[in-house]
Amino acid sequence: MKKVYVKEEVCVGCRLCEVYCITSHSKYKDVLKAFKLETQRPTPRIVIEENKPVSFSLQCRHCNDAPCVKSCITGAMQKDPSTGVVICDTDKCVGCWTCVLVCEFGAIIRDVNNKVASKCDLCAEAGEPACVKNCPNEALVYSEGGISA
Amino acid sequence: MSLSYLTPEFKVLRDYDKCINCKVCMRQCSFEVHSYDEHLDKMISNDMNCVNCQRCVVLCPTQALTIIKHPQTFKEHANWTYDAIRDIYRQAETGGVLLSSMGNDRPYPVYWDKMVINASQVTNPSIDPLREPMELRVYIGRKPDKIEIDENLNVKTKMPPQLKLETPIMFSAMSYGSISYNAHAALARAAEELGILYNTGEGGLHKDFRKYGKNTIVQVASGRFGVDREYLNTAAAIEIKIGQGAKPGIGGHLPGEKVSEDISATRMIPAGSDAISPAPHHDIYSIEDLAQLIYSLKEATDYQKPVGVKIAAVNNVAAIASGIARAGADYIAIDGFRGGTGAAPKRIRDNVGIPIEFAIAAVDARLRSEGIRHTISLVAAGSIRNSADIVKAIALGADAVYIATAALIALGCHMCQKCHTGKCNWGIATQDPNLVKRLNPEIGYKRLVNLVQAWSHEIKEMLGGMGINDIESLKGNRLMLRGIGMTQKELDILGILAAGE
Amino acid sequence: MLKEGYVRIPSGCAISGIIDRTGRLFSGQSIADSIATMHDRSNGLGGGFAAYGIYPDFKDYFAFHMFYDDLIAKQETENILKANYIVALEEKIPTRKTAHIKNAPLIYRYFAIPRPEKLKLSELDENEFTIKFVFNINSNIPGAYVFSSGKNMGVFKAVGYPEDVANFYKLESYKGYMWLAHGRFPTNTPGWWGGAHPFNLLNISVVHNGELSSYDTNRKYLEEFGYICTLQTDTEVAAYIFDLLLRRHGLPIELACKVVASPLWKQVERMSPKEKILYTNLKIIYGRALLNGPFSMIIAYEDGFVAINDRIKLRPLTAAKKGDMIYVASEELAIRQVCKNPESVWIPRGGEPVIAELIRDNEKEMYSTKEVTA
Repeated sequence: MKKVYVKEEVCVGCRLCEVYCITSHSKYKDVLKAFKLETQRPTPRIVIEENKPVSFSLQCRHCNDAPCVKSCITGAMQKDPSTGVVICDTDKCVGCWTCVLVCEFGAIIRDVNNKVASKCDLCAEAGEPACVKNCPNEALVYSEGGISA
Repeated sequence: MSLSYLTPEFKVLRDYDKCINCKVCMRQCSFEVHSYDEHLDKMISNDMNCVNCQRCVVLCPTQALTIIKHPQTFKEHANWTYDAIRDIYRQAETGGVLLSSMGNDRPYPVYWDKMVINASQVTNPSIDPLREPMELRVYIGRKPDKIEIDENLNVKTKMPPQLKLETPIMFSAMSYGSISYNAHAALARAAEELGILYNTGEGGLHKDFRKYGKNTIVQVASGRFGVDREYLNTAAAIEIKIGQGAKPGIGGHLPGEKVSEDISATRMIPAGSDAISPAPHHDIYSIEDLAQLIYSLKEATDYQKPVGVKIAAVNNVAAIASGIARAGADYIAIDGFRGGTGAAPKRIRDNVGIPIEFAIAAVDARLRSEGIRHTISLVAAGSIRNSADIVKAIALGADAVYIATAALIALGCHMCQKCHTGKCNWGIATQDPNLVKRLNPEIGYKRLVNLVQAWSHEIKEMLGGMGINDIESLKGNRLMLRGIGMTQKELDILGILAAGE
Repeated sequence: MLKEGYVRIPSGCAISGIIDRTGRLFSGQSIADSIATMHDRSNGLGGGFAAYGIYPDFKDYFAFHMFYDDLIAKQETENILKANYIVALEEKIPTRKTAHIKNAPLIYRYFAIPRPEKLKLSELDENEFTIKFVFNINSNIPGAYVFSSGKNMGVFKAVGYPEDVANFYKLESYKGYMWLAHGRFPTNTPGWWGGAHPFNLLNISVVHNGELSSYDTNRKYLEEFGYICTLQTDTEVAAYIFDLLLRRHGLPIELACKVVASPLWKQVERMSPKEKILYTNLKIIYGRALLNGPFSMIIAYEDGFVAINDRIKLRPLTAAKKGDMIYVASEELAIRQVCKNPESVWIPRGGEPVIAELIRDNEKEMYSTKEVTA
């Protein structure tokens, strides 16, 4: 399945991926409105790791044998059998943060405003991940087999 | 030091209705202009540091930023201009030579814009490049007077080594040091894809780029950085740099801030120290010394590679070029006074040298009058800005052109003229790894390929319009040009007629 | 208004050429009839002929044909001529009054050979010596113009329709083995006879229909070798290029044609290794001798003539063969007018020359070409 891979040698640490991740999961889906109108700015679903000069954005790896799915106490965290995307059903999520603890990559974030888990869903509605589309230096790639594919 | 009398040169205008406090601008500015103030809960800018590189403007997701020239003016004075006054403040504060980067920005006349090109009508049909074959290939190198063949049509002439260019454009010399590793990677790869060459400049050839050898021209400049046997033999051609248009008469200058470990290894000099090339080559004090160096380099490479000479366009460029031709050079590159640079003293950059338009016309005419023009190639450099400039340069007598500033602009340069600080926000003129990564060679080389291909197509359109289907028939074809708004003397030197004649 | 020579005048035209490959001499009437059929391709502002083999009695002498505006020019020229050459015969070129040819200059011819002591002093061969003489007169003596300087051949030209020019010069009374003709349609009104075609230097004569976009490039290249282009007409550079390639550089005629109408690089890529080396070298060395722009041209030289088009065939040219006679012309009707029932008629492809030479012991095969495909 297609996942997001990062070329950290060209990541410039601008965090526009975060901005567009927030926008694509907002109510208004428009950058200005997402940041100005919504009373609570949505939590981004990616983690930016930085140790200058190295930087990169980290997304959920949608693991085949996902620890977060196995450990979810309510069954909110599910791997969709057809697309392979691991999605958190926020209606069921109780904010116990077990998934945050068990994720080997540290890719899940606590959305403290809504008390639910926040993680990458590969922008399932939009079709192409917003972070990939908007990276100004083509550091993110959405492909089957890694950055060279 | 007491108070500086300098006010900001640029002003950052931020539309707070659009600013979302994402802080991309703050993270991307190496000059530390933008910062987030927690107490005021908004982004603020320190205008004093801004150089108008527009990195923040381009990356801002809501286009909330505009950089303008600071509205603060002096009382109007046609002689003591804004720049003239501020240069004195700077020198009074620092006691230093004013440095600047990129090419001469003074309002001297641009002669490319005073020439117009012919088109054929009625008596001669124009040619459509989309339907008819149009050849742009040129060969750079020394050529014999005539061909010698035997009765069986075998060629007896020994052709001197040639550089094959699929289009008459090459990337001019920019040293590794003045520009970044990624910039070189983009240039080398684009040169390979386009079937042209790029020039390493005087900074040596990084070992990672040896694989692009057959698309590389290496320079032997006065500092002899990186020159060894492998350097010479890997390349397709060798260029002796006597001077460059931006700073005729003085040598290259790489400020210590830009001499990283990698630069130190490639150039074979100590890290962190200024790399200043001497003004003359200390083994070339006269034309016969140049002949000696040319032949030494040919011997070192078994006469397999063309050896060219690059000079700045100065007052008696025609005589100098004639001497170089007779000293055995395979091509002469002439760099006009608008040529760019990574760092140069501002006064030399803005006041020394002559325009390339006159230099090419004069050198072409002089070599022709001596009957040797057809034996050597001429490359024109020094602010070729578009494909029309290329057509005009070839019509004035060049065989091909070098582009550098245009290539960097294609890569993202916004001409802020601060290359000498090493803080290029576009990752081009810097060695800071945080900044270098901003130039993605994958994106960069495609942009360069796009630029050169677009220009090549435009050249074909213009050639077709003139009724020519081979670039060879444009070389020195001055009847295809007419001058507008030039004095008779200028027309005479360029060897063209006035529009209407 | 500037005299031709100071200003460039492009033109559209008619050309025609006939050769008897056995060297049999025939009257100029045929060529005149041939070019007359193409009357509408000209506008009466220039016509001319080149005739080869017409002076058998003086075949080793240079036959100089001169125009003089006045007697002063004649006197000055003759002083230089006689100082450098032994003149065996000098006379006015016989002409016949016709209503259509007006304002004729003085027209003279001289049969001369270089003075041996002058030739030796110059350290040149007689051809280079004569070229120098011709350039000297044409550039430096106002009102004098050498318009023909070959041996056993002559150019006859004027301002007027070619058939009238033939009539004027009594060409029906000359007999030659090879004739070229030209009718001119210039886009200006030159009054000067020297500007008409054919253009001649030594034994090379050129008639040309077309315009050379590469003119200035070609001219500047030739000037490096000492050729002085006085006329600013395209034909002049074509003639000089052939003189350079054939006489000075000794290239065979087929290769000279491949220089002026060279194959494209992608055609060269597909050639055999030996040909690839040959054509790559030719294109690199002689790039500035490439003729660009539309043209159909007939170049006559010592051994015969070659008719050639630009490589994308932007001007018409037809060729025909009957026995040992070869005909080329801008239009087929010009050939059929003087050649009933030719054996074959064809249209040469762009860039492929039709070479018609005198039959000699080591006979050169004529270049046969395929028809142009639509």
